Amino acid sequence: MKIILKNSHLLNPAQNLDKAETDILIIDGVISKTGNLTKEDSKDAKVFDLKGKYVVPGFFDMHVHLREPGREDEETVVSGCNAAASGGFTGIACMPNTEPAIDSSEVVTLIKRKAAGHLVDVYPVAAASVGRKGEIISPMAELVEYGAVAFSDDGVAIKTSAILRRALEYSKMYKTPIIEHCEDESLGGGSMNEGFNSTVLGLPPIPSVAEDIIVMRDILMAEYTGGRVHIAHISTKKSVEMVREAKKKGINVTAEVTPHHFTLTDDAVKTYDTNTKMNPPLRTREDVEEIIRGLKDGTIDCIASDHAPHSIEEKEVEYDYAPNGIIGLETEVGLTFTELYHNKILTLEQIVEKLSINPRKILNLPVPKIEGGQMANLTILDPDEVWTVDINKFKSKSINSPFDKRLLTGKALGVINHRQMYFNNEMMNI
Amino acid sequence: MPLSSRHLLGLQGVPKEDINLILNTAKTFREVLERPIKKVPTLQGKTIVNLFYESSTRTRISFELAEKRLSADAINFAVSTSSVNKGETLKDTIRNIEAMKVDMVVVRHSVSGTPHFLTKVCDANIINAGDGTHEHPTQALLDMYSIKEKLGRLEGIKVCIVGDIAHSRVALSNIFGLKTVGAEVSVCGPSTMIPRNIEDLGVKVIHNIDEAIQENDVLNVLRIQLERKAREYFPSIREYSTYFGITEERLEKAGKEDILILHPGPINRGVELSSGVADGLKQIILRQVTNGVAVRMAVLYLLGTMN
Repeated sequence: MKIILKNSHLLNPAQNLDKAETDILIIDGVISKTGNLTKEDSKDAKVFDLKGKYVVPGFFDMHVHLREPGREDEETVVSGCNAAASGGFTGIACMPNTEPAIDSSEVVTLIKRKAAGHLVDVYPVAAASVGRKGEIISPMAELVEYGAVAFSDDGVAIKTSAILRRALEYSKMYKTPIIEHCEDESLGGGSMNEGFNSTVLGLPPIPSVAEDIIVMRDILMAEYTGGRVHIAHISTKKSVEMVREAKKKGINVTAEVTPHHFTLTDDAVKTYDTNTKMNPPLRTREDVEEIIRGLKDGTIDCIASDHAPHSIEEKEVEYDYAPNGIIGLETEVGLTFTELYHNKILTLEQIVEKLSINPRKILNLPVPKIEGGQMANLTILDPDEVWTVDINKFKSKSINSPFDKRLLTGKALGVINHRQMYFNNEMMNI
Repeated sequence: MPLSSRHLLGLQGVPKEDINLILNTAKTFREVLERPIKKVPTLQGKTIVNLFYESSTRTRISFELAEKRLSADAINFAVSTSSVNKGETLKDTIRNIEAMKVDMVVVRHSVSGTPHFLTKVCDANIINAGDGTHEHPTQALLDMYSIKEKLGRLEGIKVCIVGDIAHSRVALSNIFGLKTVGAEVSVCGPSTMIPRNIEDLGVKVIHNIDEAIQENDVLNVLRIQLERKAREYFPSIREYSTYFGITEERLEKAGKEDILILHPGPINRGVELSSGVADGLKQIILRQVTNGVAVRMAVLYLLGTMN
């Protein structure tokens, strides 16, 4: 099939591409040519007029929780992929805290098989230790062979410094990063950020230093072993400062931030709405300001959702009893544009870097190119579309989002990958 | 003038007028409690559920008595006898209770914010009888009533809350309520028991008990939790009682034998209060209990006759 994306603005900083009012001809999922098309090119083609819209390399979310295997009532591989496509992503990395954990080639294979044929590429992040228990490192060589792209005990930090050391040393052979959920277990475990608000709300607090201690440990261990550490969902001022300093010294450390950590503060908890409960918790204005600085100066490499589906029954309970986490795939692009682009914190190029190029680089995956001969792996963006979040329209199986009814500016209109196109809420083969 | 909210979830943000209305109404009920027939028909036909997810004797009995004195129908729902043990969620429980045409719910729960959660899933008036380490508004109101009864006013009175401030719901409600009516509030305890940023509420932090005794008109002494979890916050009971316990000697040394001491009870004798000091408090503590019934009658009456 032939399709034409007409009058689109092509943008890909990875190939120094920035070209307005351009047509793209895609034949059977492969970019045939870009630029001025002939009459012959346009013959029998399905045309999408994208005047004023941007076409960028497909977005990639490197921190997604699919609940398969184990909690298919909350999310499956397929429903998670549908949510990703609807949110503007052509690729995701899924975290290993499933039941059972992704710590064997069988579970990696299961996920790959379930995702096969979908528009969205799924790359499993395998457990760093067997069963995420922090006792023995996982069979990393085999996991990499079957398709794991990184290792993490996400949900918790790798339990001991000794296991972290072995995990970094071993994974170094495959250049795969260790993704760390940074939280000192003995200091953590509360319901919200420690500070004025936790004092007034009487909720058990998690101090920011619980994150900082592990970030510090991980940076020191990355330096010592020469391994690669990726800090997941960075949330505190001090952690951002430490990552900045570590990068200056040339230590192999990268970091991601979630949209909720640059959008909300712990003021949101005042409603006792359990959709404000996540780990790491929402922090203070001061932390958000440092995160913004970190996004601007490149300390924070990428934006990732930490998409964490939970059932209504589990979230509609007393605050302390609710599980941590919110879904984010379908609000991520909107929040990023609203908070970072329209507030003039990041340029469009920087957003493409943080939502498409950098996460792939961190996971050693090729960055899609927009040029003739390449498979079309694209996201179509309208940075100015104003829309209202409606949890009932989510493709995810879950609706645990604090952003329902929020007015956002900027949206992914569609995605193209693997000869499929998702556009106007419709999946089609192209 | 009715109250400005149809629930009593805490004293944070409750206007001075509301607090005064409750305290003045309580005074009327306090007189009723001195009569030979201590019952009024005010809430006849109203049904009130006491939903206690955490064991409590004093507060529950106080509420129950207040409800009966107002002629309301009171139902007690205690966690050990409920279907919670069968895995029912709070939302389902409250929906079931509501289906029985309940007008008001008095709730005690170990998780902060649970009364707020209930306002979202049910239509009854919600009264917080203590949630986690958040608030316990009727306790603070009765403390304020007792101070006013004894000292004649609240404005300008210096009150120090002594003990484990970080894990107390009584402390926070007292701070909010007392500050609103113009009292000066300080807290005193080991630094591990003082929650972060509490000074931002306009509260002075003291770590020396003698200073607290010297500077204040009222000491509101909290019960120290002796179970193991609380013990992470101080080295030993002996050390606590030696450095933060209130004794006759300390009061004498400060020349403050007549300082007003409140305690929500039950007292750990020899820990937060010496036995001698505890004995001297019998009268005020018993008054606090009676005042508690009057204050709760006032709250129930004002909320129950609003709609």
